[in-house]
Amino acid sequence: MITNPTGRITQGQFSFLPDLTDDEITAQIEYGLRKGYAWSVEYTDDPHPRNTYWDMFGMPMFDLRDAAGVMQELRECRKTFPGHYIRMVAFDSARGIESITMSFIVNRPPSEPGFGLERQEAAGRTIRYTVKSYATDRPENERYR
Amino acid sequence: MSATDIHAEATKITDAKQRYKAGVLKYRQMGYWQPDYVPRDTDVLCLFRITPQEGVDPVEAAAAVAGESSTATWTVVWTDRLTACDSYRAKAYKVEPVPGTPGQYFAWVAYDLILFEEGSIANMTASLIGNVFSFKPLKAARLEDIRIPVAYVKTFKGPPTGLIVERERLDKFGRPLLGATTKPKLGLSGRNYGRVVYEGLKGGLDFMKDDENINSQPFMHWRDRFLYVMDAVNKASAATGEVKGSYLNVTAATMEDMYERAEFAKELGSVIVMIDLVIGYTAIQSMSNWARKNDMILHLHRAGHGTYTRQKNHGVSFRVIAKWMRLAGVDHIHAGTAVGKLEGDPLTVQGYYNVCRESYNAVDLPRGLFFEQDWADLKKVMPVASGGIHAGQMHQLIDLFGDDVVLQFGGGTIGHPAGIQAGAVANRVALEAMVKARNEGRDIRQEGPEILKRAAQFCTPLKQALDTWGEITFNYAPTDTSDFATTPSVA
Repeated sequence: MITNPTGRITQGQFSFLPDLTDDEITAQIEYGLRKGYAWSVEYTDDPHPRNTYWDMFGMPMFDLRDAAGVMQELRECRKTFPGHYIRMVAFDSARGIESITMSFIVNRPPSEPGFGLERQEAAGRTIRYTVKSYATDRPENERYR
Repeated sequence: MSATDIHAEATKITDAKQRYKAGVLKYRQMGYWQPDYVPRDTDVLCLFRITPQEGVDPVEAAAAVAGESSTATWTVVWTDRLTACDSYRAKAYKVEPVPGTPGQYFAWVAYDLILFEEGSIANMTASLIGNVFSFKPLKAARLEDIRIPVAYVKTFKGPPTGLIVERERLDKFGRPLLGATTKPKLGLSGRNYGRVVYEGLKGGLDFMKDDENINSQPFMHWRDRFLYVMDAVNKASAATGEVKGSYLNVTAATMEDMYERAEFAKELGSVIVMIDLVIGYTAIQSMSNWARKNDMILHLHRAGHGTYTRQKNHGVSFRVIAKWMRLAGVDHIHAGTAVGKLEGDPLTVQGYYNVCRESYNAVDLPRGLFFEQDWADLKKVMPVASGGIHAGQMHQLIDLFGDDVVLQFGGGTIGHPAGIQAGAVANRVALEAMVKARNEGRDIRQEGPEILKRAAQFCTPLKQALDTWGEITFNYAPTDTSDFATTPSVA
């Protein structure tokens, strides 16, 4: 059980707000499309803060300029991975940016066990820290059951 | 004196024998005033605001500025003739009265690129803000803006990380970053200090921060601070699943001390270290090199700048400091809040932010940008808004500054009536609610207070924050404002 004030992993733009409805997600997608971003859907069952590469649910949708189409991809992903973390990611290819410009979680496992902190005592008073998920000892796809 | 009273005709003595006869000439006779000069793409251009002494002709004053910031001395020297002296002379090429401010003039001066050492802020500043600022015929002088040519920009490495890569390392996109300065700034032991850091980060902040004057005092040795703070950072990271950081201030008496502290911060796994502007331009460039070599984000607190940036008639504008710091290579710079407790007219402050974040600055007189500036793809600096701001101003802050900024609520987090975590929650909820509403197309400038009130219905800490600070403003007239637009004050 995660003890931070939200009781859940707080990555992404909107983790401190009540879960976004599909209409609210659509509004964010439309904002990104107006800005010229490309959307993609990513999922994982290893949400370690430094796990950069969540799995891509298909390619980034560079040519899809319709929020309904993007939502359809999200629905497919939710159907395939109902117990995974899923995030919407917007990419801006403009020169000088060429990076992610939006990212927010839209699906979570039913319960989020979170992470423990392992301390390895080193020279002097130095400690080496390892953030370790309580879920990842089990194999992929069996972590949040 | 109006523009028509400025005696701007060319007055250079062209006959070499006359020009180099021993004695004293006016600067405008020596070649430092060239009204027909067309600045070259490779020139450094400066705009000075000058206040000549009574009876000193403004054009002669401008020529003197050009002279004293380049090759001139008070008298003619024959040794000029051993050099291609025309190219070493800076050229004042335009003088105009400052609108609405009798006795002050804008003077434009061009400098040939040969005058400057590659990649050295110290060398550039030794000329441009050296002796000239003590020159007796001027009552006061201020360097208002500077255009650094692309050829010179490319000799600087710029920010070690830059705001794009910083976001990638932190895995935080599409919203301002949130921070807080640990308070009280002086007197906490390492153990107590780490407590504040842990509470703030676990509550929802991305960063905590040492203050500018926290180094290694009797109440808290620097190693003690670093060890406790990093325990707090890692604990908070595990509790939230987010990358967290705390700016460890490595400012110290010598470079050797700073390197030692920075190395320890790296060894402990910190993502960021911090320095103060008072360490000096050369030390900043050295720390930038160190940060680049060690994958470290480099935070710069602008401690000391107010002594020379704030008064309009004398000193250096902060927009010039911001340009120098982008070249010198820092990843964060405190650039003002406009709405908080510290000096800053909103448009002028936006001008500083644009200097930090844009690839190319267009001329923008209301924001104080007098020159075009092509940054030649130099990385971007993340501006930091810090000083007397609170959750109730979230709509104004996001409206003024957009997403690429670190919003730092020190008192506004730690002073929360229900504790530090509650303060952090209030700020994070206010931030996320405002970004979401803006993206949905709401007019946050108008509807901001309403959006915050709605968010407070599901978030008690935000309600408490608004009840405590909702009405607090620092509404004083700024001293450093544009000469070209009436600037609205922020309520």
